Amino acid sequence: MLAYPPLGCTYTKGVSLSMTSMAEQLAKKQKEISVSEFFERNRQILGFDSPTKALLMAVKEAVDNSLDACEEAGILPDISVKLEKVDDKEFKMTVEDNGPGIVPTMIPNVFGRLLFGSRFHAIRQSRGQQGIGISATVMYGQITTGKPSRITSKTEKDKPAAVKLIMINTKHNTPDVVGPAPPNDYVMWDEKEHGTRVEINLNGRYIASKQSVYEYLRQTAIVNPHTNISFVDPDGNSSTFTRAWDKLPPPTKEIRPHPEGLELGTLMNLGRATRVKNLKEFLKTDFCRISDRLAKEIVERSGLRETAKTTQMDLDQYKALLGAMQSAKYLPPPTDCLSPIGEALIRKGLKNVLDDMRPEFYSPPVTRSPRVYSGNPFQAEVGIVYGGNLPADQPVTILRFANRVPLLYQQGACVLTKSVESVDWRRYGLEQRGGSGIPFGPAIIMVHVASTKVPFTSEAKEAVASIPEIQGEIELALRECGRRLKVHLNKKDTKVRTKAKFEIVQEILPLIAEKSAKIVKKPVPPLSGTITKIMNVVWVDDSVTYEKKRHRVKVDIYNYTPKQTRFNLHAVVPASSIELLRAEPRPVEVKEDGKITWELRPIRSTEKFTVAFELEGLEPELYDENELYASGIDPSMIIGADPLPGDWDVARLKVTEMQAEPAAPAEEEEEEVDYDEQTEALNDD
Amino acid sequence: MTDYSKEAVQRLYEIAESIYDQIDDGKVPKMVIPLRTKSNIRFDPKHSVWKYGPAKGARTAKKTQGALMLLRTMYVMELIEDMIKESKSSTLREMYYISEGWGKGKFHSQDESNLLAEDLEIVTGLMREDFKLRPEENGASVFGNITIQETDRKGKSKRINCMDDVGDSGYGIPYNVESDKVKLLETGADFIIAIETGGMFDRLVENGFAEDFNSVLVHLKGQPARSTRRFVKRVNEELKLPVVVFTDGDPWSFRIFASVAYGAIKTAHISEFLATPTAEYVGITASDIENYKLPTDKLTDRDTKALEAELKDPRFNDEFWRNEIELMLKLNKKAEQQALAKYGLDYVTDKYLPEKLGEMGALR
Repeated sequence: MLAYPPLGCTYTKGVSLSMTSMAEQLAKKQKEISVSEFFERNRQILGFDSPTKALLMAVKEAVDNSLDACEEAGILPDISVKLEKVDDKEFKMTVEDNGPGIVPTMIPNVFGRLLFGSRFHAIRQSRGQQGIGISATVMYGQITTGKPSRITSKTEKDKPAAVKLIMINTKHNTPDVVGPAPPNDYVMWDEKEHGTRVEINLNGRYIASKQSVYEYLRQTAIVNPHTNISFVDPDGNSSTFTRAWDKLPPPTKEIRPHPEGLELGTLMNLGRATRVKNLKEFLKTDFCRISDRLAKEIVERSGLRETAKTTQMDLDQYKALLGAMQSAKYLPPPTDCLSPIGEALIRKGLKNVLDDMRPEFYSPPVTRSPRVYSGNPFQAEVGIVYGGNLPADQPVTILRFANRVPLLYQQGACVLTKSVESVDWRRYGLEQRGGSGIPFGPAIIMVHVASTKVPFTSEAKEAVASIPEIQGEIELALRECGRRLKVHLNKKDTKVRTKAKFEIVQEILPLIAEKSAKIVKKPVPPLSGTITKIMNVVWVDDSVTYEKKRHRVKVDIYNYTPKQTRFNLHAVVPASSIELLRAEPRPVEVKEDGKITWELRPIRSTEKFTVAFELEGLEPELYDENELYASGIDPSMIIGADPLPGDWDVARLKVTEMQAEPAAPAEEEEEEVDYDEQTEALNDD
Repeated sequence: MTDYSKEAVQRLYEIAESIYDQIDDGKVPKMVIPLRTKSNIRFDPKHSVWKYGPAKGARTAKKTQGALMLLRTMYVMELIEDMIKESKSSTLREMYYISEGWGKGKFHSQDESNLLAEDLEIVTGLMREDFKLRPEENGASVFGNITIQETDRKGKSKRINCMDDVGDSGYGIPYNVESDKVKLLETGADFIIAIETGGMFDRLVENGFAEDFNSVLVHLKGQPARSTRRFVKRVNEELKLPVVVFTDGDPWSFRIFASVAYGAIKTAHISEFLATPTAEYVGITASDIENYKLPTDKLTDRDTKALEAELKDPRFNDEFWRNEIELMLKLNKKAEQQALAKYGLDYVTDKYLPEKLGEMGALR
């Protein structure tokens, strides 16, 4: 028996049904009731509980499979989805991909057999896990319309595509190929070198809403920016989500189970299925992060012999083994089994899909380091989109994703939602009554959890269970992303306030001076004293524009203090292969990681000084807000550039929560009431 | 140039000079002005009216609004100087439109320009007429046995009896009622009754109230213009006629009375010229609503807020007003003057006013 079937066929692959534990137990049940009956009764478990949802689930299962297949084969996915109305109830769903295709002999098992698939046992991140989804969809279609599903698959250029009409023998849970008769079982399919087309007729209901097929595909596009998705709805309207990034996510590796948080039943199953026959070798080869030394230590602590045969150990012995394993310390599991989207691509994906909302700000996304729950590595990621045309008076939209798959149902039961609810968003600039619950404001919060085993609350994979470790990580990611949002909002706020003063000293004050001079018939008085008293700050006003494939950055520095000032200006630009051009003045240092430093010449009181540079070779959306720091100056005397963080030279800059609020300009006057800010209405009527 | 004009030019020059000097000294320019708020009015025992107290606010260039008002002040002063030089004048509304050409200094509403004109009065101690600025609104009408002499725009004097020489709509009070324009000659009347609404004014004219009760009717036209208040004040002082005020029974009408008798908050810097401290309130009171069983309307939220604000207004801080305001809040009702018509068109002149005025001892 193979505990970890080799990765053979790249589609929902897998080899034998002579599997272990759960499958066997389920198989036993299947003898008592037919699979069809079981499925009928348990539709909701698989997510087919309403006609609306059934249609969505069908598309989801087919698209998930296509994406998994393409990615495993290293192909950038091109997926098209089409829904056609057959009659009042019946729809025909066509999902087509450019994946590697499926060898003809495997097609029946992949689509016509429940619980067929190898991912169930593979410890690595993938969309499908149980091997239920696509065959359940075939079964649902069959039950509701009586029609077979039509699968067309092409594996090689210059070869015809295999066509199979599949039905499921519900009594035996085996696939029946009901057509077409040769020679029609092969067709020419010239548009594609390889790929699979799935056509399933099923009963359903199409709606356009938050939980629609369209929304599912839109959200899929957000977290899979490497994907092209086109969609034709039942009314014939077509939409396309264009690929925003032409590199595949790095392939995920399969890993052996991590011993932390292992459960007894799992341990026993592994022990009985292992290929090695003694305990110490079992520990070393069937788990990750157990070295020879550690294996020896565990065996000793368990009171068992190193040479004990794991296939013959009894329950008590396994309990002792588990106890010993749990008391040991392990390195975290390797993380190349996970495929987080990554900060840059989250931003790209969000921008690609949401830009018609004209959001004012994409908070730099956060990808946390991998962690482990019950031996399963997982990773939390968060992105926040703010402002623009997003509605300000409604609860924020929460986009939930697990292993790059959108979760549209069961929002309230999901730990992703709970994590959002338990963060105090008032600190990050959103409204929230009492500091908990879903916040209000013009924002979209995206949460993604990637794991080798996402702990869904049900087979329908609609919500993630409340695992404290996962919730904790998501909350940390949310807070970090929230802080970045707050930094932006603070910056905006400061800008607005400073802008008003800027208008006073640049426009209004000169006019007052000029007019009063005219009335008293004297020369226009110098303004510098008054200006520095109103401002008393060095003001940094920066901008980024993108034109002719270059980012042009301009930083205007106004010394509105009474004294000459001199300080160092620092900027951080994306490090990846960027050409820094036409920097004026020349920076004294440009580091590999994108940190640039200028030692500015002294700037006289009320003088303006400009720093400019250009960046080439950067996607427009990857740089839209400058990150500016200043050193060698009292932070309370400068607006628009933050104090240089302490870890500037140590590591990548982290945005710190501490943002120095500019001190109010020192005024010599006593507190006096502002005559023009009296709000009381003077009119008596 | 008249003495007043010279003084106006001189005072305005001083303001500009102060702003200029502050900038020249490297200071943030500002103007200090008494706060024009409810909490900053004080009873002036000498004139028995309410005037601004000692609290001051600063209009400074530190904030955008303050800076803009200072800039506008400069433009307005320039305008005034030009008008004085050329012997022109403009209405406040015209000034608002003139500001269209002032760029950043443009007024955003006429309230802003009116307030600025008043600010200048307060700071200089002069009247807006001295600055060649006049209101576009006229005072209201007078009907009754009082004889005045008005000098018209051609310099000709006209002697007018406000009952015999005018139609039923009465004598129209000009915006300038100072003695160079309007002289109060003589009266055969016993008292002035100032009336809020035109409907009631006409009712009293039609019912012969001026003749039968030997009274002078003055239409206030809602919240009365300065000239109306000034006219009433002068008749009261110079011709020794007592003044009673007859308005609707709601919070806004109480304020109309307050501005006639105590001085308005907005013009508290010149209360001694405008207010008639001996004026008495006839009604409609909250008690009238109950006693005369008048048809009513429910108080709106705005009404309630206005009444609550009046409870904190020092001008209403006496037993009579506290009781009336609290009663009105309790009844949660208000009534119009014309609600008296419930009992017939003559009821107000045959019954209500004689009763009320009798109680007050206003009838001889």
